[in-house]
Amino acid sequence: MATTPTSEPRSSEPKTNRIGLTVIDYKGGKTTLCAGCGHNAISERIIEAMYEMGVSPERVVKLSGIGCSSKSPAYFMNRSHSFNAVHGRMPSVASGAMLANRNLLALGVSGDGDTASIGIGQFVHLMRRNLPLIYIIEDNGVYGLTKGQFSATADLGSKLKTGVINDLPPIDTCGLAIELGATFVGRSFSGDKKQLSALLKAAIAHHGTVMLDVVSPCVTFNDHEGSTKSYKYVKDHDEILQEISFVPHFEEIDVEYDPGTTVNVTMHDGSHLQLRKLEEDYDPTDRIGAISRLAEAHEKGEVLTGLFYVNPKVPTFLDMLNMVDEPLATLPESLVRPSREALEAAMEELR
Amino acid sequence: MSTTNVAPQGTGGGQLGRKRIVNDMSIQVATVNGSGSQSSNTVLLRAIFQMGVPVSGKNLFPSNIAGLPTWYTIRANKDGYIGRKKEIDFLVAMNPETAQDDVMSLAPGASVLYDEPLALDRLRNDLVFYSVPYDKLVAAVCPEAKLRKLVKNMVYVGVVAQLLEIEMGEIEKAIRKQFAKKAKAANLNLAAAQAGFDYAKASLQKRGAFYIERMDKTAGKIIIDGNSAAALGCMFAGCTVVTWYPITPSSSLVETMIEYMKEYRIGPDGKATFAIVQAEDELAAIGMVIGAGWAGARSMTATAGPGISLMSEFAGLAYYAEVPGVIWDIQRVGPSTGLPTRTSQGDILSTAFLSHGDTKHIMLIPCSVSECFSMAQDAFNLAEQFQTLVFVMSDLDLGMNNWMSDPFEYPTTPIKRGKVLSKADLDRLGGFARYKDLDGDGVGYRTLPGTDHPAAAYFTRGSGHNDKSSYSERPDDYENNMERLNRKFETARSFVPRPEIQKGINAGSSNAKIGIIAYGTSHWGVTESRDQLRSEYGIETDYLRLRAYPFTREVHDFVEQHDRVYVVEQNRDAQMLSLLKLDLKPELTTRLRAIAHLDGLPLDARSVTDELSTMEGK
Ligand SMILES: Cc1ncc(C[n+]2csc(CCOP(=O)(O)OP(=O)(O)O)c2C)c(N)n1
Ligand code: SF4
Ligand SMILES: [Mg+2]
Repeated sequence: MATTPTSEPRSSEPKTNRIGLTVIDYKGGKTTLCAGCGHNAISERIIEAMYEMGVSPERVVKLSGIGCSSKSPAYFMNRSHSFNAVHGRMPSVASGAMLANRNLLALGVSGDGDTASIGIGQFVHLMRRNLPLIYIIEDNGVYGLTKGQFSATADLGSKLKTGVINDLPPIDTCGLAIELGATFVGRSFSGDKKQLSALLKAAIAHHGTVMLDVVSPCVTFNDHEGSTKSYKYVKDHDEILQEISFVPHFEEIDVEYDPGTTVNVTMHDGSHLQLRKLEEDYDPTDRIGAISRLAEAHEKGEVLTGLFYVNPKVPTFLDMLNMVDEPLATLPESLVRPSREALEAAMEELR
Repeated sequence: MSTTNVAPQGTGGGQLGRKRIVNDMSIQVATVNGSGSQSSNTVLLRAIFQMGVPVSGKNLFPSNIAGLPTWYTIRANKDGYIGRKKEIDFLVAMNPETAQDDVMSLAPGASVLYDEPLALDRLRNDLVFYSVPYDKLVAAVCPEAKLRKLVKNMVYVGVVAQLLEIEMGEIEKAIRKQFAKKAKAANLNLAAAQAGFDYAKASLQKRGAFYIERMDKTAGKIIIDGNSAAALGCMFAGCTVVTWYPITPSSSLVETMIEYMKEYRIGPDGKATFAIVQAEDELAAIGMVIGAGWAGARSMTATAGPGISLMSEFAGLAYYAEVPGVIWDIQRVGPSTGLPTRTSQGDILSTAFLSHGDTKHIMLIPCSVSECFSMAQDAFNLAEQFQTLVFVMSDLDLGMNNWMSDPFEYPTTPIKRGKVLSKADLDRLGGFARYKDLDGDGVGYRTLPGTDHPAAAYFTRGSGHNDKSSYSERPDDYENNMERLNRKFETARSFVPRPEIQKGINAGSSNAKIGIIAYGTSHWGVTESRDQLRSEYGIETDYLRLRAYPFTREVHDFVEQHDRVYVVEQNRDAQMLSLLKLDLKPELTTRLRAIAHLDGLPLDARSVTDELSTMEGK
């Protein structure tokens, strides 16, 4: 599709993207997560998306909380700075980093425990601010790293390996994100390469908070009969909202689309997101509609995936702060220390 | 009823008329909060200051928005003592609720100014009483009934001015400054003050002993509170990211900073060279500070004890991950509700070791508004030099009260950003190991996210990493790293602000036998107490004022040179003394004695003098 590498590979040379890097340049350390863990597949998709979008790895910062999911930034993009922070509080660290350097591309990786339990406070406030950041929840319905307790995204009635039944309703992080002000919200599945890739690439093009809840089965603690976050359950119940194609700004649109069946969203950077409707009247620019469709999915027991809501035109938190264009982090002394006269004026007012 | 009322006989009142006590008194105004008395008190304070008399103002206020008792104390002192004075010499009793207690607690000979209907003169016969018919006077100058409550307070300003001989010209100047942008309000308040002045002149007979006379000890000086001084200091220190969550007594630090930054740190293009964010709580506030510090900003937050407790987990991460940041702790009394609006030095021990694991932090301890200004720069420089959090331990007394000071000096040293490798450095070096101790000072080199070099990135995490910042759970990697962190802390000893040492006046070149160690706002009470101890008991003392943790060489020497060392502080458990014990040679620790002050009021000299002289067997 549209995001194939631009430079023609010569037989002896490895394939490169539009900034001349190979996919190896986006690799990370060897994963220490369990074989088959959904989180590993998400790392793969991130590598691909960043490579295909031609993002300079040096511009990316990876931020995470604590959990198996939060360890995963060590397994992709070694050429990007990374900060494995404390449990549930990655949003504040990410916010600080973006305040310091608005030119960074921030990628936050969290888990369902990290986000929906201990981190729910920072999560909701992050969503409200529409800070430019890609926030990914690698959602397996359990605390993997502490060996399989229920998290707050576990569905009502789902069963732990030990036989314990979850008797509390789940928190829908997508519904929350939309309600609170995130401007790009979707759900995907670690096993759906095509959908997840397209969403990630569009996320990179988005200006504002991206919230992606990616169902990512934990093969060790939550992939059994009775779990609603197992590979099998998700495959059986996946209800896909739309077919998503993404055309980056540096490529020509080569496929005609029919406005009757496809929604076209022009992203902030000029990229195009084409959503071929599988549900007749679903409009991803309608917040209320999105929230009600999510509620309906809960009622029906569907694992609804796709892009639920997008609005590329909302000013971000950084826009609202009205900062200078250069990163605050590296402003020279002449710009951050007012003059001797300024001090004298301040003193005079106090005499 | 007679308006002036002096007891005909007894020890106090009768003789007072003849005694003249000049430029040495404390005036206390007892009101309820929300009554608008703050402007009146500021006007009084400024007028005395403008007459060249050293002065300080302390607000003792409740944790409440309106209707609870508040006391504002102005101390004028020709010798420059500006700490709290225990005794009140002149009471302005405006609060019917507390008037009786306020009057009963005065020492004989004090003066009381009261609202006529309160009839306080019946309570005692050893005080000087002046009554004022406020409502009548206010009605005459303020036709608008709803403004009268506020204007009433300006009437006592006029009365006090007349009785103490504060010049009306200076009162007018102070009122014009106070209401600089509101000419109408200024005129109204001026009329009220004048009405009070005229009334006192016509109807009150001066019997008290207290007078203000012009002198020349305030020329060129400024009046400012510690939080505003800190705000200015941080702005001139090049701070770029500020996060906060409102909490008394720290809120005004950031609120003032917002004003200053808007004035001085927005360029001609209207763009700000800073970001100030009100976070959702203190966990987020410090998380943002750490994120910003990691990405290269000079970042800070300001809070008080409860916020410090919440920041604990993150403080440990920052210590291990080696991220710079500045945290102002404007200390107050323990958990709410109750006394959150009272001062204390109770966060020393918990902040020194804030967090889990083996953590310890640099603390700077300002005692004055000018140190709030200068230590702001020290704090940012040290935080970046040592890639760690630096806590500035102010307190409510310093932060929220008005202090007289010499004007602040423009920073003489450039901003120091610490060991940060640029793209050019990396081009030259080829790569780097984030946590390697190349220089023997325990401090590694870091890079900032966004540095455009393939070898710039490193992975930041808590406890488990080797010197190349790769994940490691190896015992030797952990231990080596912790030892290096310790070396870094040891290096910091010789870079933090040194203590200030004052020898006893009569000790000559040798040392006094007795030493005093204090820090922060305890300084003011201690300085005055040392003079009292000398003149009243013949006790000569040397004095060391701590300005930072870790302790420097001088602190050890000081204890070594004295037989007994009194550690004066505003907490129950002698927190700084405990820290000193951890640092000193075991045989020296027995020399330390605790003088604790913990009633939530700023430390006064008399309490120290009483306790120390008793402990010395005098
Ligand atoms: C303050 C704190 N409390 C508890 C923990 C223990 N802990 C580590 S990971 C984790 C849960 C992680 O779950 P999730 O975010 O869903 O990640 P997963 O491992 O499932 O990917 C917990 C509770 C911690 N690290 N810090
Ligand atoms: S425990 Fe579960 S979440 Fe953790 S690595 Fe293994 S499969 Fe993944
Ligand atoms: Mg999980």
